[in-house]
Amino acid sequence: MIRIEHLSKGFGSLEVLNDISFEVRDGETLAIIGRSGSGKSVLMKHMVGLLKPDAGHVHVDGRDLCCAEYGELRKLRKRFGVLFQGGALFDSMDTFDNIAFPLEYFSDLTSSEVEARVEECLSLVNLEGVGAKKPSELSGGMRKRVALARAIALEPQYILYDEPTSGLDPETSNTIDQLISHLSDELNVTSVVVTHDMHSVLTSADRVAFLHDTNLHWIGPVDALHDRPDPVLDAFVRASEYHLGDPSASVPLTQDS
Amino acid sequence: MSSLLEFLFSPLRALGRYSILMARAAASLDEIRTYWSNLFDQMVRIGIDSIPIVSLAGAFSGAVLTVQTSYQLESPFIPRSIIGSIVVPSMMLELSVVVMGFILAGRVGARIAAELGTMRVSEQIDALEVMGLNSVGFLVLPRVLAGVLMFPVLYVASCAIGIGGGVAVGHFGGFITAGEFMDGARQFFKPFDPFFGLIKAVTFGFIVTSIACYKGYYTTSGAEGVGDSTTEAAVLSCVFILVADLILAVTLL
Repeated sequence: MIRIEHLSKGFGSLEVLNDISFEVRDGETLAIIGRSGSGKSVLMKHMVGLLKPDAGHVHVDGRDLCCAEYGELRKLRKRFGVLFQGGALFDSMDTFDNIAFPLEYFSDLTSSEVEARVEECLSLVNLEGVGAKKPSELSGGMRKRVALARAIALEPQYILYDEPTSGLDPETSNTIDQLISHLSDELNVTSVVVTHDMHSVLTSADRVAFLHDTNLHWIGPVDALHDRPDPVLDAFVRASEYHLGDPSASVPLTQDS
Repeated sequence: MSSLLEFLFSPLRALGRYSILMARAAASLDEIRTYWSNLFDQMVRIGIDSIPIVSLAGAFSGAVLTVQTSYQLESPFIPRSIIGSIVVPSMMLELSVVVMGFILAGRVGARIAAELGTMRVSEQIDALEVMGLNSVGFLVLPRVLAGVLMFPVLYVASCAIGIGGGVAVGHFGGFITAGEFMDGARQFFKPFDPFFGLIKAVTFGFIVTSIACYKGYYTTSGAEGVGDSTTEAAVLSCVFILVADLILAVTLL
């Protein structure tokens, strides 16, 4: 479980997060939504200790990341897989080596086992046969899927997704959303999805945390969004390209007319 | 007032961050076995791949120095061998190593800063960290070590080819025979001279690679930031090479 307690963060005179507290329960998928610049990615980076809070604490499985020594922090980070916004694939390596990289450093697998695991990860993200391609030869959606394959290679306990569908066409976005749901169900991982894409939220999340004006404005189950629980949240949701449709329909969103 | 204080303290802050980064790199030495392949890769990129340009610069430096020394000492009262006794120590003590340092500040320093800077702004360094890797140990330590180990090798190559260039141009240009050149070189040879050059090469190797790593590792602001880091790495390296050159000359000669 990840527990955030009274977390505040600013950069210079700019306050980004103020007194944020919530927890991510084991096995659930939590979507963190909010406008661009609302601090979603900053909050996510605190969960893996890439940023230190100005005040407050981040607990992962009971261990406070803010007080952890660097060696302990590195051990805790091995429980995470992170899909960065741009993929963060290593340019100098081909797709195979990118996915094999964490396996070679942090597993005892033989080279044939590594090869099998890489193929397995690629098939999980529906990308068989691209192992020899360099990241520059892949499309944006493929790069994100390769990054996702790398993130799951070590079978992490937690997967954090930073804007997994930004900059992608609707069809590829759907594929990524389905992958997130599939991986959560298949691997039983705890997931945090940072996004402002309501389609992603409704397709993959169990709960939603809404950041607004540096605060955690609302947090609750995704189904509660249909009841329009908060006017600011409702305005955010309605401002997106889609609005909430009939939750019982097979496609949960309808085009705003 | 606060902006003035910021301006005054920013070099101190930069020095502090640089020192912390180097301390983290030094603390990662016990993990160097994990990064062997990275170290050898950097030794090839920084060292072996630089041999052609360093050799070219060395050869021309030695050749030009020989011609110019010959021109300045054109007198029937000065033995021609004196040219060798000026060119060889000059190459060993100063010219080959400083010219090499400047060239590598551009070739190696700029490349390292651009590479790490791009990795920073594209979140590749964050990706390394969240995998549980020590990004300083993985990226900074092998580059700095490779610089410290390979600059002396390049210095030896540059110096030898520079002296060879001087001998060749002197001989075939009719300024001084190879025998006279080498006689002059032997006459005033001090064993400390090449040793001093090696000390400079190690120092310059550390300066170029560590400044480039620092600038690249802490790059911000996207493509513009990568450009700034690359330029600053090359310029700062050249400045600190000159400063270190003077300090070493004053303290060790």
